[in-house]
Amino acid sequence: MSVISASAHAHVEHHELGFLRTYVFSTDHKMIGRQFLFLGLMMMILGGALALVIRWQLAWPETPVPGLGLILRETGGILEPSTYNMAFTMHATIMIFFVVMPILAGGFGNFLIPLMIGARDMAFPVLNMLSFWAAFVAGILMLAGFFVPGGHAAAGWTSYAPLASVVEYTGVNWGQNLWLISLFVLGISSMMGSINYITTVINMRAPGMSMFRMPLVIWSLFITAILLLLALPVLTSAAAMMLFDRVLGTSWFRPSGGGEPLLWQHLFWYFGHPEVYILILPAMGIASEILPVFARKPIFGYHAMAFSMIAIAFLSWVVYGHHMFVSGMNPALGMAFTVSTMIIAVPSAIKTFNWLGTLWGGRIRLTVPMLNALAFVSMFVIGGLSGIFMASTPVDIYIQDTYYIVAHIHYVVFGGSIFGAFAAIYYWFPKMFGRMTNRALGHLHFWPTFVFFNMTFFPMHILGIGGHMRRIYNPLQYEFLQPLQWWNVLITIGAIGLGLAQLPFVINFFWSLFAGPRAPLNPWNATTLEWTAPSPPPHLNWGGALPTVYRGPYEYSVPEWAEDFLPQTVPAARAGARRH
Amino acid sequence: MLDWWLPENVSTYGKDIDWLFQLIYYITGATLVLVSVALVAFLWIYRDRPGRRARYTHGSTPLEIAWTVVPALILVLLTALSVPAWSRIKMTQPDTDFVVEVTAKQFNWQITYPGPDGRFGTADDKTLLDEMHVPVNKVVRVVLKSQDVIHSFFVPQFRMKQDVVPGREIAQWFEATKPGKYELPCAELCGFGHSGMKGWVYVHTPADYAKWAAETLTAATPPAGDAPRDEPRREEKAKR
Repeated sequence: MSVISASAHAHVEHHELGFLRTYVFSTDHKMIGRQFLFLGLMMMILGGALALVIRWQLAWPETPVPGLGLILRETGGILEPSTYNMAFTMHATIMIFFVVMPILAGGFGNFLIPLMIGARDMAFPVLNMLSFWAAFVAGILMLAGFFVPGGHAAAGWTSYAPLASVVEYTGVNWGQNLWLISLFVLGISSMMGSINYITTVINMRAPGMSMFRMPLVIWSLFITAILLLLALPVLTSAAAMMLFDRVLGTSWFRPSGGGEPLLWQHLFWYFGHPEVYILILPAMGIASEILPVFARKPIFGYHAMAFSMIAIAFLSWVVYGHHMFVSGMNPALGMAFTVSTMIIAVPSAIKTFNWLGTLWGGRIRLTVPMLNALAFVSMFVIGGLSGIFMASTPVDIYIQDTYYIVAHIHYVVFGGSIFGAFAAIYYWFPKMFGRMTNRALGHLHFWPTFVFFNMTFFPMHILGIGGHMRRIYNPLQYEFLQPLQWWNVLITIGAIGLGLAQLPFVINFFWSLFAGPRAPLNPWNATTLEWTAPSPPPHLNWGGALPTVYRGPYEYSVPEWAEDFLPQTVPAARAGARRH
Repeated sequence: MLDWWLPENVSTYGKDIDWLFQLIYYITGATLVLVSVALVAFLWIYRDRPGRRARYTHGSTPLEIAWTVVPALILVLLTALSVPAWSRIKMTQPDTDFVVEVTAKQFNWQITYPGPDGRFGTADDKTLLDEMHVPVNKVVRVVLKSQDVIHSFFVPQFRMKQDVVPGREIAQWFEATKPGKYELPCAELCGFGHSGMKGWVYVHTPADYAKWAAETLTAATPPAGDAPRDEPRREEKAKR
C-alpha cells in the first residue's frame, strides 16, 4: 500500500495536465474507460447500418437499398452478392470486436475496476493508455479496409480457410489482409489491457476488500481479463498465420501445400468460444450489480454466482468443438464436446435462478437501468435455452449453419451483452459524467428496443427450423424457402424499428452529457465503493484517504440498520455487531 | 404438432433427430415459460410499495443445490439420448453397394457415378452437374470431396449436413424413405456464388431408378460437355 500512496503522492505533485494529457493521451483509467465507450458507441452506428443493409436485401432481394445509391453508384444501391458477403462479415466483425468488447471489457472494465476495489488507478496506467490507442489503430485499420480495391473482407467473421486464406477464392485482397492485421493489433491491445486488469484486481484492492467482498461485476471483469489473456493470443497467432499464407506463400491452411483447413477452425474456435463468454460475462456481472440495488436485497447466493462464473471460464476452453460438429472433425471428438457443452449449461442455469432468487421478496423499482438488466436476464434465458439444441449433436446436424444459430447468437450478444451495456450506461452514467440521464427518454428507448428486438430475432428461430441457411444472399433462389419469405419481411421491419428505437438513446446520451441535472454522490443508494467518490470522480478518485472496506457489496435492507442500504465503507462498530 | 415448421422428413435417421428436437423443444419451452412467469410474477408481487422492506437473505443452500442438480440431471439425460443417434448417423457406415462421389467446387455439386464396372476412376464413370439420382429405401453412401474451399452438403428433408473439406474425403450416408425431388443447397459460405449453389436429389422408386440408370449411366458415354439435362436444371438456369 505504501508504494501506491507514494506514487499517488507523486502524481498529485503535477496535477495540472494539459488538454492532450487529459482528454487524448490520458493515463487516467476513467478517461480511458470513456474513450473505449465512445469508440464502441461510434462503431455501433456503422455496425447497425450494415445490419439494416443486410436485412433489406433479405426481405426485398436485389432491390435498391434506400440511401445506398450514394455509395454504390454503379448498381444504383442494389447489393451485389460480393457486397452482401462483405456487409455481413463486417457487421459481425465490428459488433463483436469494436462494439461489445470495447464497451463492456474496455469501457466499463477500465472505469469500474479501480473505483469498485478502492484503487487510485490501474496498476499500469501507461500500458492502459497504450491499450486504448492500439485498439484505436486497430479500428482505423479495420475501417481502411472499406476503401481498398476489391472491397473489405467477405469470408464471414469466422474467415474460414481456405476461402479467406487464398485471394482467388473471394477476389478480396487487401481487405482481408487489413482485417487480419487489424485483429492482430487488437489482440495486442487486449493483451495489454487484460494484464493490467488482472494485476490491478490482485494487487490493488483497498484495505478490507478481500476477493469475496468484491462486487460480482469485478469478478466478472477479472475472469473476462483472464479469458482475454489466454484466448486472444490464439486468434492473434492464427491471424498472423493466415496473413503469412496470403502474402508470404506459406501453407498453414492450404491442402495443396500440405496445410490443413480445419486447423484454422480449431484455432479460431479455441479463441472463439471463450470469446462468447468474454462478451457475456461482463453483462452477467452488470446484471448481478443492478438487480440487488433495485430489488433492495442482497444478491442471492453470492458465492455460487462467483464460482459459477469461474466454472464457465474453465469450461469455455473445452466446449469449442461444438462449433465444429459437422466440420469433418472426428465424430468421436464431437461426442466429447457434447458432454462438456451440456455441462456448461449448468452454471448458466444456476446464475439465472439466483437472479430470480434476488428478485424474490425484494422491493423492486423498475428504473431504466433495472429494466435493461431484467431484459438481459430474460433474453439471456432464451439465448441459453436455444443453445441446448445445438449441444445435442444430432439436432445440431440439422440446425448448424441455419438462422437458428443466428437467432441464438443475437439473443446472447444483443439480448445479453447489449442490454447489459445499456443497463450499465444508464446505471453508471451519473458516476461517469456527473449528470443524470432523462428517465422518460430512457423508457422511450427501452420499451421499443425490447419489443423490436424480439420481433427481429425471435422469428429467426422459426426460419432456422425451416432450414433457412445463414449467409445466403437471396432466399428466393431456394424453392423450400419461398413459403418462409414473409418471415424475412417481418424481421426486416422489426430491424428497422430496432434501429429507430436507438434515436432516443442517442438524444438522451448527448443531452444528458451536457445538460442533464447534476448527479449526487450516490443517486441509487447503492453500497459499493464507486458511490463514495465524487460524481464524476477526480483524478486519483478519492481526495483524501482510500476507503476501507468492512463488508460484502450487497448489504441491502439489513434488519438492524435504519436505512435500506449499508455501504461497504461504514465501520463495523457503527453497523452493530452483525457480521457477514 | 411441429410438422408445420420442420420440413417433411424423408430419411431413416431423420426421425431420430426430429424426436430429439421435439424433446428438447418441450423441455426448454417449459423452462422458458416457468422462468418468465416467475420473473413477471415477482416483478408484480414484490413491486415497491410504501412501508414494505425487502427480505434480508443471502441465499438458500437447499434451493441452490436443487437448481444445480435438476438441470444437471436433465442435461445428462439429453446427452445420453443424443449419443446413440449421433453414433448411428455419423460414426457408423452401414454396408451398401451404392456409392456416389460428390465433388464440390465454386459453385456447383459434381455428382459422379461409378458406371457399369462399379469402380471410380475408370473411363465409364458418369458425372452429372447439380443433380443426384438415388433409389428409395436404399442406403446411399456419398463420398464428399472439394476442389477449392469448404462447402457443406445439406439436404433439409434428409436432416443431413456435412461440411466438404478440401484435402479430405468424407464418407456419409443416408437412406431416403419417400420418392420425390429434394433441394440440395450448400450450407457453408463458399464465396460470392454461395447463395444459389444448389442441386437436386431425385429419389426414385426402384423401377424408376433402374430405368433412369439404364438410360443415363449404362448408355454409351456421350462426349464431354454434352450431358443430357432434364427439366428442373433448365428451369433453374432460367431463374438465375
